[in-house]
Amino acid sequence: MAKKPTKKSQGSRKARPAARISTRRVAARPAVQADAAIPSANRTKTRSKEKGAMPGKMVMIYIMGKQYQVPEGLTIQQALEYAGLRLLRGCGCRGGFCGACGTVYRKLGDHKLKVALACQTVVEDGMYLTQIPFYPANKATYDIENLSPSLEAVVTNYPETLRCLQCNTCRKVCPQDIEVMQYMAAAMRGDIAKAADLSFDCIMCGLCASKCPGDTVQYHVGELCRRLYGRYVQPKAKHLERRLAQIKAGKFDKEIAELAKLELADLKKLYDSRDIEPEDAEEPAETTAGSSGDVND
Amino acid sequence: MAPEPTQDPYPEYMRKSMEQVSASRSRRMAEEFPRLTADQKSDILKSFHPDHRAGKMVEIKVGVSKGEKVPEEVEAVLQAYSRLDAKAFDLGRIDFDVDVLVIGGGGAGSAAALMAQEAGATVLLATKLRLGDANTMMAQGGIQAADKDHDSPTRHYLDVMGGGGYHNLPELVRALVLDAPVVMDWLQDLGTMFDKRENGTYVTIHGGGTSRKRMHAARDYSGAEIMRTLRDEVRNRGIQVLEFTSAIELLKDDQGKCAGAVLYNMETEEHFVCRAKTTVVATGGAGRLHVQGFPTTNHYGATADGLVLAYRARAPFIYMDAIQYHPTGSIFPAQIEGLLVTEKVRGLGAQLVNAGGEQFIFPLETRDVVSSAIIRECKPVDEKGRAKGLKTLTGRDGVWLDSPMIELKHGAGTVQKELPAMFRQYKRTNIDMTKDPILIYPTQHYQNGGIRIDADAESGLANLYVAGEASGGVHGRNRLMGNSLLDILVFGRRAGKNAAERARTTKIGALTLGHVEAYHKELRGLGVAPDRLSPMLLPDYRTPGTKERQKGQVPLAGRV
Repeated sequence: MAKKPTKKSQGSRKARPAARISTRRVAARPAVQADAAIPSANRTKTRSKEKGAMPGKMVMIYIMGKQYQVPEGLTIQQALEYAGLRLLRGCGCRGGFCGACGTVYRKLGDHKLKVALACQTVVEDGMYLTQIPFYPANKATYDIENLSPSLEAVVTNYPETLRCLQCNTCRKVCPQDIEVMQYMAAAMRGDIAKAADLSFDCIMCGLCASKCPGDTVQYHVGELCRRLYGRYVQPKAKHLERRLAQIKAGKFDKEIAELAKLELADLKKLYDSRDIEPEDAEEPAETTAGSSGDVND
Repeated sequence: MAPEPTQDPYPEYMRKSMEQVSASRSRRMAEEFPRLTADQKSDILKSFHPDHRAGKMVEIKVGVSKGEKVPEEVEAVLQAYSRLDAKAFDLGRIDFDVDVLVIGGGGAGSAAALMAQEAGATVLLATKLRLGDANTMMAQGGIQAADKDHDSPTRHYLDVMGGGGYHNLPELVRALVLDAPVVMDWLQDLGTMFDKRENGTYVTIHGGGTSRKRMHAARDYSGAEIMRTLRDEVRNRGIQVLEFTSAIELLKDDQGKCAGAVLYNMETEEHFVCRAKTTVVATGGAGRLHVQGFPTTNHYGATADGLVLAYRARAPFIYMDAIQYHPTGSIFPAQIEGLLVTEKVRGLGAQLVNAGGEQFIFPLETRDVVSSAIIRECKPVDEKGRAKGLKTLTGRDGVWLDSPMIELKHGAGTVQKELPAMFRQYKRTNIDMTKDPILIYPTQHYQNGGIRIDADAESGLANLYVAGEASGGVHGRNRLMGNSLLDILVFGRRAGKNAAERARTTKIGALTLGHVEAYHKELRGLGVAPDRLSPMLLPDYRTPGTKERQKGQVPLAGRV
């Protein structure tokens, strides 16, 4: 997605019309630029202070339209903090898993809106940023025990699913690059397994729903399909069932009680001499299952 | 679609070292680094584990566990005053009156809320960020459960005890290993998508310190899969949830039992009194205190709030001086510094190698041992300060995690299939971890100890239950991989169930914050400065420059 640099985005900062941007804000920033610390959440204050780590180049970003200068190389999230904001909304795991920091941005001189996770994306010069930390999408409430893995479960809970226009906008805005439209298509065919599989990496940021012209709630449909798949389509683990019966019958109670009574030296000896399943061991087949799990085997 | 960088992030000196790593790879494929003996392990821990660094653990001078040692960063939040003027605060206005108050919206809190509600209790769940913003969401590797025929809970018990340095409380370990299959069954019924074979058999692999392959994973979104399912279920059942609402002080009644909490709406800055017959603290860990300046894998809210509250209410700690450093935190490039590189990478066969391309530790020793070995490898070995590790562009130490070994071992496509989150994280920085090794260094990951609980998940304070990372005892001084997702569910479920049961027979007397006043008195006796307040609620990553420019406001009226 290479962008043609426009005159505006190439132009130096002072070339921009002063009326459009707050130059006073920039003028007030030299003190910031002299700050040694880069507010990286995953870097510590003391360390940054000691090091005086200061990358040379600064970039200009616009947080909800307001201009700030920040060092290049920071994530969008770190840049917001560098600019002086203390985050409450729009910040969760800081590691790309929770979907709290869905961000919509546009580059100066480009009409195209893009999306990113603020914690995973490095700032670029001329970014106009806003976060979508919450989206008021419809979430159905259902009893997973009373559903079947079928199209019916999808359309009863989310009838709007059928309004999908197949425009693929959801795919284009997904920061996880998930084939959103494809899994919605699978859900509409009642192919729960496929919908579950394709939607698996979803972090539920909701950006898909925010751009959907049909008001569908892709990320909630994906969640429903994954639960239906795990609950009804994946076969139950037989070995788990056997183990539960053994636990219920108290099979391990005595063994564990004996371990708990052992002198420390004896427990250590047992631990140090326990056999370890080789990394490349073939797992015993389901049919040959015996009880060879005892510590003393 | 997020933008993709095109530049090679690795500078030339790293590329040179990587050549040595790839040159030794085929030889190393056939090599297994010898495991350390018990004595060698104890030596390396004493010499190189950060917990043993002189002067970094300090005595608590106040409260019920006075005299015990904690990291100085934890001491700083313990030796601090309440955010509430305990004397003046009006407890007469009850805003919420429930059977069970759950504080914390991660895996443990959600499990507790579900079980308490199922047991017939009225439940309120208060959480500082959103429901599900928690370390649970970030756990990648998996969950341990001895549910296969060639494994047993007894064997799991032994692994846990050995891994924890035999400091674990046996009754808690017993509960952990015997409930593990029950938890897997619960997750199966809730409809979580764990990796299974076609016949329903779970795919399981090794983790550090396991003697059987008992790590169950949902690709490398294991925690996320659990968390989003529990969150969905909490919402489906209509359990009342207050987001962006933290607890800032526990309440007691006139008989000294825990009786709820003062809640604080972080957006409107209002305080609410929640009277609860029983309370569950499931507030997680302390990574965001950045012990000893380490980066952390933890989520934004991991600031030890629950510890502070419970401690002020006189619930004792255990092993609060045992911090777990995850051996493989990402250390390069800078924007992913500190983030977790799941142990599953090593579970799938990636070795740890130094700048010269040589192994220096068996990759699946327990976490404390592997972390210590990496720290040792990065210590200078000659007068010129040269080490066997590498320095990053920001001056950080690191060693290689030879991720290309995974696909050599298991075939092309394995990384994207088994480690999609990891692959994506690196791809965003233009690193293809299937082709190039990645640089790692230990990162603050987990608080092994916490508020001491019993097998019912009840703390030393009556009617206060604690579950998950905030609790202590089950992991001894070192938790094994895959036992944290297990812990939060085993003890989250127990806490919820038992809290609901206790609520049936509990009568609450007059509410009081007297314990806070008593704590303040101790603090004043020690001369603690009145501007030290806790809990921290959220870390502050603004620059010193910003903070300097914020000065000059009229200070808040004296609080103590």
